[in-house]
Amino acid sequence: MSIFTEAEAKAILDKVLALSKADECTATLTGSIAGNIRFALNNVSTSGIVSNSNLAVQSAFGNRVGTASINEFDDAALERVVRRAEDLARLAPENPEFMPAIDKQSYKPSPTFSASTAAITPEFRAQVAADSIAPCREGKLTAAGFLEDGQSFVAVANSKGNFGYQQATNFDYTCTVRTDDGRGSGWVGRNLKDASEFKADNEVRIAMRKATESAEAKALEPGKYTVILEPAAAAGLISFMMNFFDARQADEGRSFLSKKGGGNKLGEQVYDPRVNISADPWDPRAPVLPWDAQGLAREKMSVVENGKVAALDYSRFWAKKQGKRAVGTPGNLLMAGGDKSTAELIKGTQKGILVTRTWYIRMVDPQTVLLTGLTRDGTFYIENGVIKHPVKNFRFNESPVIMLNNIEELGRPVRVAGDESSFVMMIPPMKLRDFTFTSLSDAV
Amino acid sequence: MQRRDFLSFTGLGLAGLALPYGRAIAAEALLEPADLARRRRLADTALNAAREGGADYCDVRIGRYLRQSVVTREAQVRNIVNGESAGVGIRVLSQGAWGFAATDASTPDAVAAATRQALAIARANARIQTRKVELAPVAGVGETRWATPLRKNAMAVPIKEKVELLLGVNAAALKAGADYVNSTLFVINEQKYFASSDGSYIDQDIHRIWLPLTATAVDKASGKFRTRDGLSAPMGMGYEYLDADPAGKVALPGGLTGYGRSYDVMEDAVAAAKHARAKLKAPSVKSGKYDLVLDPSNLFLTIHENVGHPLELDRVLGYEANYAGTSFATLDKREQGYRYGSERVNFVADKTRPGSLGAVGYDDEGVKTREWDLIRDGILVDYQATRDEAHLLGHKQSHGCSYADSWSSVQFQRMANVSLKPGKQPLSVAEMIKGVERGLYVHGRGSYSIDQQRYNAQFGGQLFYEIRNGQVAGMVEDAAYQIRTPEFWNACVAVCDERDFRLGGSFFDGKGQPSQVSAVSHGSSTTRFNGVNIINTARAL
Repeated sequence: MSIFTEAEAKAILDKVLALSKADECTATLTGSIAGNIRFALNNVSTSGIVSNSNLAVQSAFGNRVGTASINEFDDAALERVVRRAEDLARLAPENPEFMPAIDKQSYKPSPTFSASTAAITPEFRAQVAADSIAPCREGKLTAAGFLEDGQSFVAVANSKGNFGYQQATNFDYTCTVRTDDGRGSGWVGRNLKDASEFKADNEVRIAMRKATESAEAKALEPGKYTVILEPAAAAGLISFMMNFFDARQADEGRSFLSKKGGGNKLGEQVYDPRVNISADPWDPRAPVLPWDAQGLAREKMSVVENGKVAALDYSRFWAKKQGKRAVGTPGNLLMAGGDKSTAELIKGTQKGILVTRTWYIRMVDPQTVLLTGLTRDGTFYIENGVIKHPVKNFRFNESPVIMLNNIEELGRPVRVAGDESSFVMMIPPMKLRDFTFTSLSDAV
Repeated sequence: MQRRDFLSFTGLGLAGLALPYGRAIAAEALLEPADLARRRRLADTALNAAREGGADYCDVRIGRYLRQSVVTREAQVRNIVNGESAGVGIRVLSQGAWGFAATDASTPDAVAAATRQALAIARANARIQTRKVELAPVAGVGETRWATPLRKNAMAVPIKEKVELLLGVNAAALKAGADYVNSTLFVINEQKYFASSDGSYIDQDIHRIWLPLTATAVDKASGKFRTRDGLSAPMGMGYEYLDADPAGKVALPGGLTGYGRSYDVMEDAVAAAKHARAKLKAPSVKSGKYDLVLDPSNLFLTIHENVGHPLELDRVLGYEANYAGTSFATLDKREQGYRYGSERVNFVADKTRPGSLGAVGYDDEGVKTREWDLIRDGILVDYQATRDEAHLLGHKQSHGCSYADSWSSVQFQRMANVSLKPGKQPLSVAEMIKGVERGLYVHGRGSYSIDQQRYNAQFGGQLFYEIRNGQVAGMVEDAAYQIRTPEFWNACVAVCDERDFRLGGSFFDGKGQPSQVSAVSHGSSTTRFNGVNIINTARAL
């Protein structure tokens, strides 16, 4: 069994703390059951279920720290893992950046658990695959997709009396549909809290339409264009940039948020005044655990407010050194926008390019957060408020900082997951001027 | 390398308890031997449960995956993580469909239950399956063993020694002019016991090592900063890779050094600091066409992205269409004798090269590993396949390219080592550069990005030197090369000979859903490409 109740988890953690002889002891108990199904070429390719659980114990004598982990939970195993962590702590070198265990936190529960998502069965997953594949077969199209779902729990406790327990679920579906001749490709992604809201046979139609409509792509010259980035396309760039909001890096002069002459850009106008990015673990659209990886309580906070940098990420050590208050590192990224859908943004666009998705985004220059990557699975030319024709994919070289200073309009945020980001995000579709495409790609 | 894999490995971004500091005796715990007889019994439990449940085929992987990382910056150790993950993954084939289940409870009951779960999944999937899985035959090998050839098991080296090495490296870089320096040591040991209903019981002990570092130079007055990463390669070797053996390196034009089977991290850290400082003052490159001379420390990643990945058969067929993408190198191109590159371009795939990241005795389907040609005299001749793909190429046996990154991950097609063969005529790097009128000499891996069919790619590097009239001139900055794969390999005009052949490698290559990492090497000698497009990447905020 990998999912413990709060009482079961607390009983185990209480035993761990009672066994501790160290100056301080912190323990984290986690468990998960993860299911997935993968399909391609209109057939299921792989499918599985993985259950896992883990207890990590951290002991400290002075500023010497040791950590050990185990996945057995009887009394003898608990004694073993605690003694092992203590032995390691006694042998560890002194850590000059040691921070004592966190004080007792007040964790307000966030709605991260969905009973319908936790109840998913292998049959449900097979049905999602079947419902994605059937309309594609009928339409002479080829589907490849992935559903990953799971339930998990995290329980934390320490010798200063801190305790937290919460269950969570996750559900993420993506599907790429290609025309049989390989000239068209479309994509859809849905990241949801509640699986009962999901209808694969509806969602797959979006990817099918984009696949069919992208088949006769024309080449446009690379250059600067007005673009409409769909939320999934914008999320890749914005979440990448948010990984570089570290205060210490900025203070050390090696971040785009470092100031010429020293110091950081906290409080400075870095983006267009319409840019507002916040974090809120209790946001019902994109809830996350109410504590971060250190066990620090998360707070509802502004990260960028009216284009000004409102918060940088201070580790507990760096916060102490700089005289700042350390708060939990955000787990979600909520970008504000307007009321318009992507379709409405298209309607108001005279000339521009619609981007469904961005791909293989990598840092080119950390000095300016210049990122490169490509468009993928549905890139279209817009003229006089309508989509005129598909265009060949582009490579871009663009900085999200420059991009978020070139805003024409922001639409209504939707929940998205990033290909390579752990943030749960609400991102609006965005219309931007002078987005830099540097070359064409033949890829479909 | 994916950021989240790095964070997970180093413990710097763990979702639970962040592991702040590790243990000096950990290496001893990491050396505890696994019990072979117990693993054989567990494997038979699964194989019996699968047979009783009517499976057509079953394989069991009982894995113990040990990972150690020592993470430092300047004079501090940021983290030491000794990770152990053990469990059992069971894959069954029933009614023509795959099912997979894994459990971290290594007991007969849990393994039998997971086997039944895998069978139930296979049958749920079989109902919507129109194409049955077809496996290339593999003869059972009975009980056998394979181990990475090592001179010094890195897990057995005391943590204290590793910490002293890294902090010494950092001190040397700071003394040489770096403002900041990060260095990390990764050590991996995969203890994998594979058993299948074909009659194989294969015990493997696989080791890998990597020591990346980054020196940073900051000019606070101008707000400018520059970095230079280390030029080592991750290897399928023991701690002997770090022995700074002079015989394991080569002196190169421009005062540069190339590292082969031995890495002198101290020397490279000092050079990195000096280079990072020099980059602050180096002029910005003028964009345009240049002849490129690519050192293996740069070319390996280009090979990885635009030869290794497009010739993975699962991508070619469309199995990766939803994530990593497909491939321009479609099956009809092999039939037509497609010209992938110039006649100087010969690529070989292998899972056997000593010291490489991909070297194993058997893959994760129990297939004995080997070497085969992918591109011969510029012409596409083959791909990389697993057991359920081999028949699509008309092959009677798998290439042995199946791999899973954990007992809890299902195995699938992963890249073999893919290497460019050295030139047949004697040619040194100095001689190659002598023939270049206007070019760039590039070292080290930089930024990298490629489209989902592997046509359009953009690569940076750690060091770009201008070549003028056959001489290595000064350093330039803000350069990246933008290429289209077939044009790039057809622009290959010269490959240095085998004296210059060195391996590079990717330690955290991501692929699949759920995403899995694998480690793979790519060898080459220094290679010249004519008329490549260089862009200038400098921007102002």
